[in-house]
Amino acid sequence: MPSRDTNVAFVRTEFIEPSPPPSSTQGPVAWMRENLFSSIPYSILTLLSIYFIYTLLAGLLPWLFGGVWDTSSIRECREVIEGTGGCFSVLSERWNQLLFGISYPQNAYWRPALAFVLLFVAAAPVMFPAVPRQLLVFTGLYPFLAFWLIWGGTILAPMVGLLGFVAGYMAFVQLEKTNGFAAGFFGGIVAALIVWLLGGFISGAMPHFIALEAVASRNMGGFMLNMILGTVCVSLSLPLGIALALGRQSDLLIIKWICVVFIEFIRGVPLITLLFVANVVLAYFLPPGTNFDLILRVIIMITMFSAAYIAEVIRGGLAALPRGQYEAADSLGLDYAQSMRLIILPQALKISIPGIVNVAVGLFKDTTLVSVISMFDLVGMIRGPILASTEWNGVYWELWGFASLLFFVVCYGISQYSQWLERQLATDHR
Amino acid sequence: MSTLSDPPRESFQLSMLLSDTRYRGYTFQFIALIILVASVAYLMSNLFANLAAAGLNISYEFLGDPSGYDVNQTLIPYTSQSTHLTAAWVGILNTLLVAFMACLTATILGVIAGVLRLSKNWLVSKLMSVYVEAFRNVPVLIWILIINTLVVLLPSPRAYRGAEPEAEMLFGMFALTNRGVYMPAPVWGSGSLVVVFTFLASLVAIFMFRGWATKQLYDKGQDINKLWPTLVLFFVPTILIYFIMGSPIGIEYPELKGFNFQGGLEVQRPLIALWLALSIYTGAFIAENVRAGIQAISKGQTEAAASLGLRPNRIMNLVVLPQALRVIIPPLISQFLNITKNSSLAIAVGYADITATLGGITLNQTGRAIECVLLLMLFYLIISLGISAIMNVYNASVALKER
Amino acid sequence: MKKSVLLGAMTVAGLAAGVASAATVDDIKARGALNCGVTTGLVGFAAPNAEGVWEGFDVGVCRAVAAAVLGDPMAVEFVPTTGKTRFTALASGEIDMLARNTTWTFSRDVDLKFTFLGVNYYDGQGFMVPKELGVSSATELDGATVCIQTGTTTELNLADFFRSNGISYNPLPIETNAEAQQQYLAGACDVYTTDASGLAATRATFEDPSAHVVLPEIVSKEPLGPLVRHGDDAWGDIVRWTLNALITAEELGVSSENIGELSAAAGNNPEVNRLLGTEGNLGEMLGLDANWAVNAISAGGNYGELFEDNIGESTAIGLARGLNAQWKDGGLIYSPPFR
Repeated sequence: MPSRDTNVAFVRTEFIEPSPPPSSTQGPVAWMRENLFSSIPYSILTLLSIYFIYTLLAGLLPWLFGGVWDTSSIRECREVIEGTGGCFSVLSERWNQLLFGISYPQNAYWRPALAFVLLFVAAAPVMFPAVPRQLLVFTGLYPFLAFWLIWGGTILAPMVGLLGFVAGYMAFVQLEKTNGFAAGFFGGIVAALIVWLLGGFISGAMPHFIALEAVASRNMGGFMLNMILGTVCVSLSLPLGIALALGRQSDLLIIKWICVVFIEFIRGVPLITLLFVANVVLAYFLPPGTNFDLILRVIIMITMFSAAYIAEVIRGGLAALPRGQYEAADSLGLDYAQSMRLIILPQALKISIPGIVNVAVGLFKDTTLVSVISMFDLVGMIRGPILASTEWNGVYWELWGFASLLFFVVCYGISQYSQWLERQLATDHR
Repeated sequence: MSTLSDPPRESFQLSMLLSDTRYRGYTFQFIALIILVASVAYLMSNLFANLAAAGLNISYEFLGDPSGYDVNQTLIPYTSQSTHLTAAWVGILNTLLVAFMACLTATILGVIAGVLRLSKNWLVSKLMSVYVEAFRNVPVLIWILIINTLVVLLPSPRAYRGAEPEAEMLFGMFALTNRGVYMPAPVWGSGSLVVVFTFLASLVAIFMFRGWATKQLYDKGQDINKLWPTLVLFFVPTILIYFIMGSPIGIEYPELKGFNFQGGLEVQRPLIALWLALSIYTGAFIAENVRAGIQAISKGQTEAAASLGLRPNRIMNLVVLPQALRVIIPPLISQFLNITKNSSLAIAVGYADITATLGGITLNQTGRAIECVLLLMLFYLIISLGISAIMNVYNASVALKER
Repeated sequence: MKKSVLLGAMTVAGLAAGVASAATVDDIKARGALNCGVTTGLVGFAAPNAEGVWEGFDVGVCRAVAAAVLGDPMAVEFVPTTGKTRFTALASGEIDMLARNTTWTFSRDVDLKFTFLGVNYYDGQGFMVPKELGVSSATELDGATVCIQTGTTTELNLADFFRSNGISYNPLPIETNAEAQQQYLAGACDVYTTDASGLAATRATFEDPSAHVVLPEIVSKEPLGPLVRHGDDAWGDIVRWTLNALITAEELGVSSENIGELSAAAGNNPEVNRLLGTEGNLGEMLGLDANWAVNAISAGGNYGELFEDNIGESTAIGLARGLNAQWKDGGLIYSPPFR
């Protein structure tokens, strides 16, 4: 073994600390190089973006922070504001009209507000699987409670409505066991109708039993009207949409073609023409002398509209299911109703949820079109009474900004939820 | 468990109509048909009873009467003495015009925004997300009204007047006003047709030359310079003929005369406002479709292209986008459909589309609500069924290529 | 089928308004409220104030009719209508009467089957231009861009006027008065045309009203008045004579201030007595109380008071009586006698 030369003067016994990477690959500079100025075109784009953001903020911020909130008319605003600044007084003075419309009783604002808050409680168990299932009972009760809160009147009316559904369901369960699905279905409808008819007499006879001040639907307005139209029409159109989708996939030719024609017709025309129908044509198709609220006619048309779109989404979900699922259901000896209810629809609906949420968001935005047929929703309120008033004629940006903000918050919230849900669903499949 | 034997012969019983799956389908269809016929008959009888009670009738004769109103943008000759039918045609053409323009720009905007949203430039991609989210989550009617308010802020023609005008024309040719955009327009003299044909012919020649050059490259490996012959073909014949014919095509500049700019090409403000609003709004949706389409292409494709040494731009143009198109195009076409349908909000900016003429002023003046709304729906139905048919053909052709 | 189920549910839920029978006045009494169609907002004629209470000249007519029929001027449901929806709303029975600046024309009366019950405002279409344009007559407007509110007779009058004068223009149809103002003030149009009363009302809201002039030409006759459906003449009579009662009250010097003492006992003037129900049985003939006219006049005052309170010279709108003065003062407002 050769001897080691031990006469070296210095032996390093520990490693040198790694020297820090060059400043160009680390820290904010590197981040900027990587993400903002990685190439010449990108640098130009970045500079353009910075300029754009600067101009936007330079215009927006003084307007936002230089604004006044406590004048009583635009003239006073003009006197008070020096330089640029928004006249936000219109919001602080007319917030109630923007949110609730012109003729909703002021002392009853808590009712729609409470209904709005409860909406989240009711929606929670449907939207989030982690929420206790017991809350679903409240979800079932919610439509009736919300109806009572918003429209007022005796509590008997929504209770009769609820009882009708309960009776219908019980009859369905009983009859389905003995006589099959179809008998159960029709039996349920008959039972519900009987309860509603009888209950209608009772609640008609006692209009003051635990009654809130009744508000006619004509007096609904502002953002509340958009919310009502959005939630009511989406909820009503879900069952209708499922039925249409099943009908379109069905082997029964006549039913299939009825559904196809209905769906394609509704999807082929703009909502605004359907609203014209609700407004100027539908009355001619009702029995002579009958006449019901514009809001109800609009609800019918918007429900049909969204049902057609939801049906197409669900049809996509049905088509996406592997053929084997249908065959498996058949091989178990399930009949059509059972296989749909137990095997096909739960899976198809799950796939369709993001699409349904998209339709719901689109529909909620489209409720602003009712302003074209002289209903005072949020947009109608702004274009009609508020801009027409002598005090606020000429305040545009503040009002439109407010309206956009309200819609943005709701729609962005829903679409974020939908994306979250999509991620949840995606994990189950892999 | 099961033995093959003939099923017991049953005689047909009435209850089997409901309980036997062989007949139940027919029962349901029969019931559905009866309900359908009954409800249609019911609605129709109501309609006729109502009309009779009001002393009205259904008649389309009003379409032949003079309309009596003027329209600001007419693509076909129209005066207030023209018929309501002509007014409807004016509206139809205006609808198609704005829908076509908006489809074009929305696609361009959407593709750019969708691609930029995925870019590595942090600021730009964030900015694009803000754009997409802001426009997707606010109703189109509000955007139309906001953009209209914005366009009205442009200087009025009055601002161009006087010794020291507040606004000046761009390059002395373009005037941006809140009544519209005015730009130079060609004036076609006699013989200008020849020049146009020459230009078209030279375009065809360029196309053929480039095809030939590419073929040479592939067949014989000859790399022919394409740039110079293209430029020569593009300019020389047209310019030569232009001077030979004695400069038949002149240019007319817009000029401030009286209340408005006169001469040149005028694009009116309602069209601009609606076009911008629809393009930017739908562009945000298309951007999302494009992004989804690009993300649907597996990362392996990008990496494979990168390993071949392609630059990022070319990876996008040559590898990713062509594949993504198959995913993008079906939703894109339904966005086109949405543009057409959303253009019915034109009345909010004073644009004379079909909903504003036939479904607006004509309906008001004649009181023929049922007829007007029916015709209106029929028009949109034809348009959207036409577009759906195109989409089905496309889907079928893509499906064939897949396997 | 689904629709009828839905309808059934809704009916039971008590949303649907009842079935209208032939007699409108019975429906109104059963309902306890008059459904009155008005504009979506035109200051002075019909617009909700900050508290959401409707105010204005047309609103006053609705309230007077409600007071005559139901005894309560506040028992009115105001239904905002646009130019497009107003006639269908009336024809379908959604509203009982329309008091919405509606021009009485032949075709509306005869072809659309409505009954106009008189004129509560004589109007005419005018033009407003900025003073700086230096225009003094509408015939100088060749080539101008004109803002028009759609859904009215305005478009037709405008087309006729420019055609008969052989000059060209560029129409810019606009849905609401507020938007028309916005465009006009921004210079997106040179001229704003609508009824002269509307022009005055609009000009009053400007920052600097003196910078705008209303041109002298009135290019059309626009008699505005309330209307009802054909076919229920009893109801038509009630509205017609309520309007006439307001007009006659001004003529006879009956106002909301002295009506209390005049209606307490029969006075010397037999026509006042007949009007106020202290003599004769005019109310009974209409199927109303004897003091129907007292209620109507107390609601918002007589015709002159309604005019002064809502659109008169003391208000921001500042309209002179002009054509709308009583016939004794050289105007056109004239009521048939109460006899």
